[in-house]
Amino acid sequence: MLDPLQAPMTDHARIRNFSIIAHIDHGKSTLADRLLERTGAIAQRDMREQVLDTMDLERERGITIKANAVRLEYLAADGKSYVLNLIDTPGHVDFSYEVSRSLEACEGALLLVDASQGVEAQTLANAYLAIEEGLEVIPVLNKIDLPAAELERVEAEMIGILGGESKDVMRVSAKTGEGVADLLEAIVHRLPPPAGVATGPTRALVFDSYYDSYRGVVCNVRIVDGVLRRGEEVRFMATGIQATVDEVGVRRPAPVPVAALGPGEVGYLITGIKEIELVRVGDTVTATSRPAPRPLTGYREPKPMVYSGLFPTDGDDFERLREALDKLRLNDSSLVYQAETSRALGFGFRCGFLGLLHMEIVRERLEREYDLDLVATAPSVEYRAHLTDGGEVAVRSPQDLPEARRLDSISEPIVRAMIITPREYVGTVMELVQQRRGQMGEMTYLTPERVELHYRIPLAEIVFDFFDQLKSRTRGYASLDYEPADYQRAALVRVDILLNEVPVDAFSSIVHSDRAFRRGKAMVERLRELIPRQLFDVPVQAAVGGRVIARETIKAKRKDVLAKCYGGDVTRKRKLIERQKAGKKRMKMVGQVEVPQEAFIAALRIDE
Amino acid sequence: MSGPDSGHRAMTPRDLTSPDSAELAERARSWRSAYVHIPFCRRRCPYCDFAVVTPEEGGEPDRWARYVDALLSEMSMGEAWEPLDAVSFGGGTPSRLPPDELERLVEGLRERCGVQDGAEVSLEANPEDWTPEYASAVAAAGFNRVSLGAQSFDSAVLESLGRRHSASDTEAAVEAARAVGFTTVNIDLIYGTPGESMASWADSVQRALAAEPDHLSAYALTVERGTALSRAVASGAPAPDPDDQADKYEYLRAAGSVAGLVRYEVSNWAMVGHACRYNLATWAQGDYLGFGLGAHSHREGMRRRNVRRLDVYLDRVERGGLPEAGRERLTKREREHERLFLGLRRAAGAVVGSAGEALLASDAGRRLLEAEVIGVGDGRLRVLRPLLTDAVLRELPSRP
Repeated sequence: MLDPLQAPMTDHARIRNFSIIAHIDHGKSTLADRLLERTGAIAQRDMREQVLDTMDLERERGITIKANAVRLEYLAADGKSYVLNLIDTPGHVDFSYEVSRSLEACEGALLLVDASQGVEAQTLANAYLAIEEGLEVIPVLNKIDLPAAELERVEAEMIGILGGESKDVMRVSAKTGEGVADLLEAIVHRLPPPAGVATGPTRALVFDSYYDSYRGVVCNVRIVDGVLRRGEEVRFMATGIQATVDEVGVRRPAPVPVAALGPGEVGYLITGIKEIELVRVGDTVTATSRPAPRPLTGYREPKPMVYSGLFPTDGDDFERLREALDKLRLNDSSLVYQAETSRALGFGFRCGFLGLLHMEIVRERLEREYDLDLVATAPSVEYRAHLTDGGEVAVRSPQDLPEARRLDSISEPIVRAMIITPREYVGTVMELVQQRRGQMGEMTYLTPERVELHYRIPLAEIVFDFFDQLKSRTRGYASLDYEPADYQRAALVRVDILLNEVPVDAFSSIVHSDRAFRRGKAMVERLRELIPRQLFDVPVQAAVGGRVIARETIKAKRKDVLAKCYGGDVTRKRKLIERQKAGKKRMKMVGQVEVPQEAFIAALRIDE
Repeated sequence: MSGPDSGHRAMTPRDLTSPDSAELAERARSWRSAYVHIPFCRRRCPYCDFAVVTPEEGGEPDRWARYVDALLSEMSMGEAWEPLDAVSFGGGTPSRLPPDELERLVEGLRERCGVQDGAEVSLEANPEDWTPEYASAVAAAGFNRVSLGAQSFDSAVLESLGRRHSASDTEAAVEAARAVGFTTVNIDLIYGTPGESMASWADSVQRALAAEPDHLSAYALTVERGTALSRAVASGAPAPDPDDQADKYEYLRAAGSVAGLVRYEVSNWAMVGHACRYNLATWAQGDYLGFGLGAHSHREGMRRRNVRRLDVYLDRVERGGLPEAGRERLTKREREHERLFLGLRRAAGAVVGSAGEALLASDAGRRLLEAEVIGVGDGRLRVLRPLLTDAVLRELPSRP
């Protein structure tokens, strides 16, 4: 075999760069597995499911969080060998920025749709994004082996969205491998090769980066123009940082170093850089000896959509939490945080997330990988408080809200939302969106059966349980995508919760005044159920501006003792008490009251 | 032992110390006791999670003698011990065994350890088994204390507890024990069975007290894992309500005190001189030997437990081996923790000691003190609200 370091760069006419756009569970990872197998990138005996999803969480949840890229060598029917770079993308709305960067690294995309489900809003949003970026899109119907597959209906939907004809829609079963051979041919013949010239200034797009404890920051890059060579000096244009290229290479999927990456190629880049903040997704890398006059388009700071406080249950763990967040951020530059103090919860961090899924993932990783017990406060969006003196304050936590006499008004972030639903649920969806203060925009029939609805909705109404509600009211058929629009004034108030007469800042929330009473009532009822009985009566109150709007009482517990303890079971009883005691460690003392973590979590999922 | 005509209560109490005195609680630590487990039952009560064998499970009468032989073999293993201050036969249903079998077992204990003069020798009995003839034979076998599993005096409650006897069986059983001169008669009650009204409970308490027992044990019905009751609750049957149980407990507390019974542990009351020595020794971390299925032993911080299956037990013992299933050796710190874990169940509480100091120094300890759930006096820590004992035990620092 040729030493890869000596191998010439690939002729860009023989390169195809593509991603797979698919909704969760529509079979993207399985199709990727099959492509790897068919092109011999991975021997069948080394095959495990979701090869490209390397994080435990990704495998468990069946989702892709990090983008990834793999190079496939494919001998096509025309007898020529092609390099197919599959750029894997996250499939969740929280990570749409990552998706857009991944798409920018491609010339083509497979729009993969489960033939038993149909097109979903996120898929559609990403498909539109791909079309806007000028990508060639191949529609692919997956799971054609399923008895529930509705090939004609879903095919009609895809043609409705992308245009084209029935013959353009590929039919595969990623599970059985049926149709995969034809798909590989279609990738070669229908997707265009990358443009670009080897001479002249170098421009490479960073579409992903992560931290490796041995190698430092590793970037996944797509060379747009010029060449990136081992040993030469490069500059990251957004941050201005300069570094020497220690290694460039390709993934097959194991990393294989090469001497240089040429135009159109996809690979990885390792420099001496250790700080992930200096290497941002979307940045452009250029060679200092052949500098590009302008970066590629589209780098933007990741903008948190949702904020939540994270507090260690055990106050002594604050420093460990800080270290854990610092480490997580090495691989997740979209995570932002700053220390904050809560009267109820002590020292912790106010963290910004791309969305609720991102928030859950971060919390789960902190607990699992760093063995921390955490309390997360209700998520909040970033409001803007307009002051009587004309000033303006960003409000990322209900506690940041200025006092009433200084406050003129509050505005809240609005998103443009797209919902796709079967026709029979249109009424249900409209009702839900209306309850959530949404304003209806356009409505389009994708097919006579499926409708695309556009709305403007306050972000705060979406981040709580909107998606769950949408799913349950449409029996799982509707799907959602959204993007930030602007800010709009609204009649918002802060509902405070008092436990044993003491306000618990962690339970406060900002809601529309029409909903304050219902929220307050629901919160106190829920907390009465969730907080175990204490040694004394505990009043739970909801208040707006000092006025109590709802009240419940957690009655003092009266009996908490094992009836019997005799010679025969001393050990067993002691172990039982020890287990119960361990359970108590997951309680947070709020004043004199023990509050289980579930109470803080459930408070976010309040059903009014 | 007093004669049959000496009246209701034994006239010569063994000890005039109050059941709840600190002195008695501490003295119990030096007592030696033995437990003998008789696993046989006519059937399994729905709430019971003890090591029990019904006839269908291999507990037919023809196996009793073989089991007694095995118990005697087990007693003959291990080193000699000092004479016992207390002996307790529990079950299962010890009153299923014929008196001569019980006598063989008491003899076995005499051979192994000896039994002190005036020692407490107790057995559990079902009221329906406790006929005058049986009581008389058991007394002759050397027993001087009987614990009658009355549970309730309400037939509906007895039925839902799976019990076969009636309230009058219990009353007759108490009379029978008195007639043959048992020193101590205990009545066991269960409160808070779903469906039991407050009036029903009050009636049970009053009828139990009218029988003038020397000792009363009252246990809140508890849903133990693996029982028929827990399966029923899991599939929607009503569970015992802790508030209802608290009300019933408070009723018994008041009624018992009117009747002169002194509460000396969470669930136990006694007249002066009738506190149960076997239990006091357990709560004081005293040493005891346990024989039979699922029995436990404790010697100076070493706790052992026997196998729970009859066939395994018989097989092991008949082949000359010990039927031990497991053991744990407590460290010094664990023993100190356990000292309070057990001791705080007593009305007399426990000497504060390092575990108590650690509790009192903690935030949780201060809150408990402030809420008057615990109190300190005469160098002892006491739980002032016995129904919240576990809330206190959970706050004991594991490593005092």
